[in-house]
Amino acid sequence: MSATDTELPATAPAPRKKSRSMLGRLLRNPLGAICLAFLLLVMVCGVFAGLITSIDPNFSELLAVNARPFSPGHLLGADASGRDTFARLLYGTRATMTACAIVLVVSLVLGVTAGLVAGYYRGRVEAVMDFIADVIMSLPGIVMLIALYAVTGPNMNLAMTIFGVIIAPTYFRLVRAVVVSVRSELYVDAAKVVGLSDARILSRHILWAVRGPVTIHSAGILAAGIAIQAGVSFIGLGDPTVPSWGTVLGDAFANIYRNPTGVIWPALLISLSILALVLLGNALRDAMQAGGSTPRMSNKQKRRLAATADRAGIKEPVSTPAAPAAAAGRDDVILSIRGLRMGYPNPDGEVREVLHGIDLDVHRGEVHGLVGESGSGKSQIAFAILGILPREAVILGGSISLSHEDLLADQAAQRRARGRRIAYIPQEPMSNLDPSFTIGAQLIYGLRAVRKMTKREAHAHLIPLLERVGIRDAERVMKLYPHEISGGMAQRVLICGAVATDPEIIVADEPTTALDVTVQAEVLELLRELTRERGLALVLVTHNLGVVADLCETVSVMREGRVVELGDVHGLFENPQEDYTKNLLASSKRVEMLEY
Amino acid sequence: MFFTLLKKLLRSAVVLLIVLFATFALMFGNGEGIARGILGLGANEQDIQNKMQQLGLDRPLLVQFWDWLTGVVTGDLGKSYFTGETVSSALQNRLPVTLSLVIPTVIIAVVISVFLGVAAAYYGGWLDRTVQTATGIGAAIPGFIVGVALVFAFAVAIPLFPATGYVPFTTSPAGWVASITLPVITLLIGSIAGLAAQVRGAVIDTQSRDFVRTLRARGVSEAAIVFRHVLRTASGPAITAVGLIVIGLLGGVVFAEQIFALPGIGQLLNLSAQSGDVEMVMGCVLVMTLILLIVNFAVDTANVLLNPKARIS
Repeated sequence: MSATDTELPATAPAPRKKSRSMLGRLLRNPLGAICLAFLLLVMVCGVFAGLITSIDPNFSELLAVNARPFSPGHLLGADASGRDTFARLLYGTRATMTACAIVLVVSLVLGVTAGLVAGYYRGRVEAVMDFIADVIMSLPGIVMLIALYAVTGPNMNLAMTIFGVIIAPTYFRLVRAVVVSVRSELYVDAAKVVGLSDARILSRHILWAVRGPVTIHSAGILAAGIAIQAGVSFIGLGDPTVPSWGTVLGDAFANIYRNPTGVIWPALLISLSILALVLLGNALRDAMQAGGSTPRMSNKQKRRLAATADRAGIKEPVSTPAAPAAAAGRDDVILSIRGLRMGYPNPDGEVREVLHGIDLDVHRGEVHGLVGESGSGKSQIAFAILGILPREAVILGGSISLSHEDLLADQAAQRRARGRRIAYIPQEPMSNLDPSFTIGAQLIYGLRAVRKMTKREAHAHLIPLLERVGIRDAERVMKLYPHEISGGMAQRVLICGAVATDPEIIVADEPTTALDVTVQAEVLELLRELTRERGLALVLVTHNLGVVADLCETVSVMREGRVVELGDVHGLFENPQEDYTKNLLASSKRVEMLEY
Repeated sequence: MFFTLLKKLLRSAVVLLIVLFATFALMFGNGEGIARGILGLGANEQDIQNKMQQLGLDRPLLVQFWDWLTGVVTGDLGKSYFTGETVSSALQNRLPVTLSLVIPTVIIAVVISVFLGVAAAYYGGWLDRTVQTATGIGAAIPGFIVGVALVFAFAVAIPLFPATGYVPFTTSPAGWVASITLPVITLLIGSIAGLAAQVRGAVIDTQSRDFVRTLRARGVSEAAIVFRHVLRTASGPAITAVGLIVIGLLGGVVFAEQIFALPGIGQLLNLSAQSGDVEMVMGCVLVMTLILLIVNFAVDTANVLLNPKARIS
């Protein structure tokens, strides 16, 4: 898995110039700056409440009962007891801030410590902590919080401490996951070798790695803290003598028929503060993980991208090796690819081209090898022929014709051909069967998707075919689930599924790579027999030149999204024209020698 | 398959027992405090000792818990210290109200979330971004704010629905629907926000699986791929998410019942907690955890039925 990651350096975000401060990047995001400013304003107002208003938040002014908002002396009106709403909200901010601080500190200390320890030491410590976290998370936290009020009475600080404990497992899971992945990194090993103590490694190196995710998560925890503090006091479990956003909302709500606008201010303040924190968390994530994932685009956006790429012009003349003279005269071409260009969008919204104008002809009954190193684009061609490219892929130009029907231009033709005339044999047999259905169910379903048959006819059609591909006891295998059969068997099932619809051409993407060596030979033999028996054309994608020599008649050698050499298999092996092909042949010989 | 489920059920039962004991210990740990709370500030030491003896609060905690637990089996959960009503009859009267909120909310939330999650994952683009933003906001805004906003808009400003009160289904089906509409919407916002995001993620994950590509290559129609295959595999994480949503929902019910003055378990819990009526609080916690146990069992069963791999192990 890690090998594929390193093979695709272009998709990884380019190492950006690290901005001096997180804050700087955050402030450049307008939404992040607005949220931060709003929260700071709220906090400053809370701290300096006494300077902003001279009204005592608990003072009842009889003349001001249910005063309208913007009435003189009462900016946001007053409640049923004539207490000034603005003053109560200002002073209430302090209660909110205290509550948030308690929740944050308690959950942070418990969760982060436990996560660091569990992720660093693993083993039994982790198992025990994990169980505790599981139990806490399976509790209805708010129910417990309210139940405990029966013994604690109106004690907001204790309630928030309990909530901190309830929410701590979220930190625990987050931190543990980060630590587990960082623990094996080289610099941690280096620190160990140098002889630093565990405590020092944990606090210095690993804590440094988790600070980003923890900061982002903390924004959400603070939002939850506001919600819980306000909620608990809203339903009357707070201290009635201390003004808080929740009690103001609760009082106003009880009085909603006489003074309907009273609920607006506390509700707005609570919602906006929570929203600001959530959005701030998002902005933080963006600032920390700049250039992260590729955007998921709609078809419309992709077309626009393709169009702009076209307008930018074809970057360079398409270089194609001349088709072999022998092939030029033949008119039994079944599949013809011309000038195929495709790519993937990168996070900046530009398309990175991975196929730079591919030309390829496959003749009736021909076994055509498509070789090249990983990342040369050979699988992309296979997927493009079948119209099963990942949805981010953008076709930039060219055509793929199956008997003179352009499959790229005509979606309906693509749909008609897929499964019926062109079949597919994948690389990883196990992951290419749906784990939720029996072998029989998916074979029958796949067959009936393209051929008009009853279930019974399909079943009768498939049994001899399964036996043909080498599955004994086909009736029993039909009733098994994919996890109950071996990889070799699964590949035979997939081959059976591919040939069942009687296609004219099969695209096989590294069909033997994931199999044991003994099974590989059998599957290759099976493919050879099947193509001969049925007059099938086969496009065989592989990096294994031995397989090519064994099975193919024609070979296209690919490199960096281009076909660099094309010829019949004997000529190519005996007299390679291109340097790259020579290198490929030489290196594969070296590998073979090493293997024996 | 049967044993897999039995094992899971036993495990959640053990967790339930731990939770109940922990709550019980917190509730009854201070027997003197309970007696003092019942008798009021004027009580002298002798009265308190008598009261504790009368209620059995002077016995060891484990004995009290065992006593309570046997009571659970026989249906005797004790009496309210204040009203004298038996806990079991109070719970019986209030359970239908709470279930009237929880069951419709779960059903509607599942339907809408699957619809939204699949649409967002499948179409991508602006629809996906809209769903993501909406679920993000929906999950952040607390339920009681939504409830207050709904009362403000649809009971006070435009009086379409009753703001408070519960009408039993047997009395008037139409009245029942009207009385639960706003509370259910209140609970739905948060539930859908949480669940739709999970469904979306699960569908996106499944869509990138190899077998989906192979199905497409076989000529299986897009609709069949999404509804027959992708949804089936995505149902595993989505169903697990339903279990988590219900945990949150039980907390939400307390707020919703308070806002809309519905005489359910949540309101009983809140009132009993405020008056220090620990017997009643214990009964409410028992019902809430039992609901969770049942939901978790249903989640496990559904997972086992939909996912052949979960049947073993």
